[in-house]
Amino acid sequence: MTTEAATGAGAIGRFGRRVARVTGGRVIPISTVILVLIVVWYLAAIIVNAGVVMTLAGDNVKFGFTDFIAATWSQDRPLLPVPHQILIEMRKTILDVAVTSKRSLIYHAEVTLSTTLLGFLIGSVTGILLAVAIVHVKALQKALMPWIIASQTVPILAVAPIVVVVLGNIGITGTLPKALISAYLCFFPVTIGMVKGLTSPDLMLIDLMRTYYASPAQTFWKLRWPASVPFLFASLKVAIAISLVGAIVAELPTGAQAGLGARLLAGSYYGQTVQIWAALFTAAALAAIAVAAVGLVEHLTVRGMGGRR
Amino acid sequence: MSIASNGIEHEFSSGTAGGAEQAKPTSGTAYPVIRTRNLSLTFDTDDGPVYALSKVDLSIHKGEFVSLIGPSGCGKTTLLRVIADLEQATGGDIEVNGVPPQVARTRRDYGYVFQAPALYPWRTVIGNVMLPLEIIGLPRHERHERAKAQLALVNLTGFEKKFPWQLSGGMQQRASIARALSFDPELLLMDEPFGALDEIVRDKLNGQLLKLWAETKKTVVFVTHSIPEAVFLSTRIVVMSPRPGRIIDVVDCDLPADRTLDIRESPEFLKIAHRVREGLRAGHSYDD
Ligand SMILES: Nc1ncnc2c1ncn2[C@@H]1O[C@H](COP(=O)(O)OP(=O)(O)O)[C@@H](O)[C@H]1O
Ligand SMILES: [Mg+2]
Repeated sequence: MTTEAATGAGAIGRFGRRVARVTGGRVIPISTVILVLIVVWYLAAIIVNAGVVMTLAGDNVKFGFTDFIAATWSQDRPLLPVPHQILIEMRKTILDVAVTSKRSLIYHAEVTLSTTLLGFLIGSVTGILLAVAIVHVKALQKALMPWIIASQTVPILAVAPIVVVVLGNIGITGTLPKALISAYLCFFPVTIGMVKGLTSPDLMLIDLMRTYYASPAQTFWKLRWPASVPFLFASLKVAIAISLVGAIVAELPTGAQAGLGARLLAGSYYGQTVQIWAALFTAAALAAIAVAAVGLVEHLTVRGMGGRR
Repeated sequence: MSIASNGIEHEFSSGTAGGAEQAKPTSGTAYPVIRTRNLSLTFDTDDGPVYALSKVDLSIHKGEFVSLIGPSGCGKTTLLRVIADLEQATGGDIEVNGVPPQVARTRRDYGYVFQAPALYPWRTVIGNVMLPLEIIGLPRHERHERAKAQLALVNLTGFEKKFPWQLSGGMQQRASIARALSFDPELLLMDEPFGALDEIVRDKLNGQLLKLWAETKKTVVFVTHSIPEAVFLSTRIVVMSPRPGRIIDVVDCDLPADRTLDIRESPEFLKIAHRVREGLRAGHSYDD
């Protein structure tokens, strides 16, 4: 019994150390911040929901203090749901229903994720190609840059339905129109980052390539491209998060039946605030996983390129 | 590309560079590898013209080790860059191996060593040395062989798989010399290669460079602003002076071939060093 407990404690200690190593000793500060946020959240919910609770109850009912607080934390359609309500909703819609069901958040997340990934792919490739063109053709820098910047000032929420309708008229429906909207948003940081990255090599290194009489293609593949890798990953991390936002935005005005965006919209139609928040939490988790995945690829790539950079 | 690789094969078989295409008498010991006549270069800047080089006449012959010495701003780097076709002269003419620098560069007639090692951080040491060979288009196997041999020549055997940040400054600079020599160019252009290193490392590398030069019989143009370094290494020292950048003296330096660092205390050495110092001083007083 005692030995068992000791091994248990040892295992926990080892586990703790591993966690500390992976998280770089940030566990305590991070959990403190989360704790504070949760406390603030519950307090805010009392204030925000108090009005509705009192209106519903009418003038005659007298609340005990604890009953009143419990009521603000357990409404069906609260103005501000509290974390445990959201987690219960997520459990219901993630674990308790079949993945294929229209009520499953996993199903909706998967729809949004495939739009995100397709949009990310199209956007990143476009962004990289634009950067390559801008870096190699001086005239293009002046010609393209203003348009690229202007493109980001267009209100995407207004353009999205137009894109979907126009593409629908020529027979393109489903994931692609939404992915294009997502790509439209996410190519921008990639272009900006890669223009910076492709022009980052020291002049001396460019001169070195000239002394070898290297062709522009050789200078690109052997110098500019590898030198831009850190910039590429920095922009890809931004881009994947943006393309998730783009995918959700693209689902909103297009009458999509599936996806986290559709779920948000349905939730707000029917005043299902808990459902909205559950979709939001899922979207946030999805973004975190996507960014972490890009980070992992970055880690492996950088290690293959000599580690310390 | 085919010219360059032919050049290399030719070099390897007969010990002469690019001779076939040029039809130059490579057996004669004294054809100029570099010849400039009345060479000038003026940079147009916002603050008016900068006369980086003015009326430079210089011939450097096969197998020579020529140092360019002078205070900073006297045009040493600019002269080297004109030879390398990294900068174009605005007056006079220049030939490298009997052709304009532009042509010499396309034939990859020279290797260039910068003041900083300029190694690619994402390549291993041997990967860096193989870089020019990849660009020339040598087969993988041959690239590897050559790079390994060059690294041995600069005493870096065993460090092939290391990344640049794992090497000391002196080792990095040796790797960059190996890289410049990897495709076996006739001519080696070095711009203050040891300028950023401490004196002890520098002395050691000077000894090694001298040995390397004796073994490979390259023509070397070497920029420095250290008098002892110039006298120790060179067969000839070109003393330069700024505003306008020009040559004010050329000092012959006929120390024995098998010199060691001790020679720096010998009277012959001190006599040459004295003359170089006088030249530098004359350049300065003219300037003030
Ligand atoms: N690209 C350039 N544009 C304008 N001025 C330059 C440029 N390169 C060098 N110079 C100027 O030319 C002069 C000679 O420079 P440089 O050859 O680098 O001297 P050194 O190598 O002897 O120190 C200096 O006055 C320098 O400021
Ligand atoms: Mg210089």
